[in-house]
Amino acid sequence: MARPLINVPAKVKRGQAFEIKTLISHVMETGYRYSTTGARIPRDILTLFSCSYNGEEIFRAELYPAIAANPFIAFFTVATESGTLEFKWTGDNGFSETATAKIAVE
Amino acid sequence: MNWSVPSPRAVGRRAAAAVMTALLLLAVAGSACPADISLDQRRSGYADLGRDSKAMQDDDSINPATLWVLDGEALWNQRAGAANRACADCHDDATTSMKGVAARYPAFSPARNGPIDLEQRINLCRTERQQAMPLPFESRDLLALTAYVGRQSRGMAIAEASGEQLAPFIEAGRKLFTRRLGQINLSCAQCHDDNWGKHIASSLIPQGHPTGYPIYRLEWQSLGSLQRRLRNCMIGMRAEPYEYGALENVTMELFLMWRARGLKIETPAVRP
Repeated sequence: MARPLINVPAKVKRGQAFEIKTLISHVMETGYRYSTTGARIPRDILTLFSCSYNGEEIFRAELYPAIAANPFIAFFTVATESGTLEFKWTGDNGFSETATAKIAVE
Repeated sequence: MNWSVPSPRAVGRRAAAAVMTALLLLAVAGSACPADISLDQRRSGYADLGRDSKAMQDDDSINPATLWVLDGEALWNQRAGAANRACADCHDDATTSMKGVAARYPAFSPARNGPIDLEQRINLCRTERQQAMPLPFESRDLLALTAYVGRQSRGMAIAEASGEQLAPFIEAGRKLFTRRLGQINLSCAQCHDDNWGKHIASSLIPQGHPTGYPIYRLEWQSLGSLQRRLRNCMIGMRAEPYEYGALENVTMELFLMWRARGLKIETPAVRP
């Protein structure tokens, strides 16, 4: 059920900065909380987010327990040619999710 | 070290101040019958949000509740139960068939002989039409479906609940709303009718209109129902909350929607 939301403009001007917004469903359980029975709730967080454009990494973020649930990550980039953005989230318990978005440069 | 021994005059002043405080408290307690907020003075909690939270609610691609709405859309089209039917098989396209539905719930259910809220309506459909297990309150799937159905009414005015069948429940809801509860001995109305716009510690007291449920509450880091919010408030009053699905909760939801009649649906809203 963890479908990421990607918001990028379909068309951008060559060399002009544009914003990429991403949102993913994740509990980001810190590992510091205890259940009502006193048992420690094991950590379950995303640890890495990366974005590549035509195969080349353009943005990367490391995530830590203090980051709220359903992480929203936004950043700017510049494109010089049309291509595909690839997003990847990885985390605890083998979590892995990818998404792609196409951008046309004019 | 005489600083720890107050002078008799200081004691006298303090006693006088205590008497004044007591009198003030009595004056507050004396206004036992809180007045309804006049219709033109009513405002959604949205008006009191910070700039960032407003931006979050205004843009679906930033609003985390969208993740639930999308899940709800998938569930709407997914077959379930022994009947092997999806919501869409009866109701077709939710963007047209569910328009305005959230604006008129809770509604009267002849089967229950009382009001039922949107979550209960969805579960009735599940058990009766789909012959599936009802979804637990606050489960991701029930929140997702409710958010998806609620989303179709965004921007529409909350319909005024009326009719012979609902009237006694609206009145019962008002009684619950104005009844003092818990160790702190407060009623909902004392905060949300009489003292909205003021603060409890640093938190602003809103008028408490359920315009955007289920809401994404930043404190919860999750979507949550109106019943969860009501239970939250009751725990804050140190009262024992009513169970999920209890008639008291639904009755209060009904009264709150009646109280918010005419305000616009914002589902799914963002709140602090």
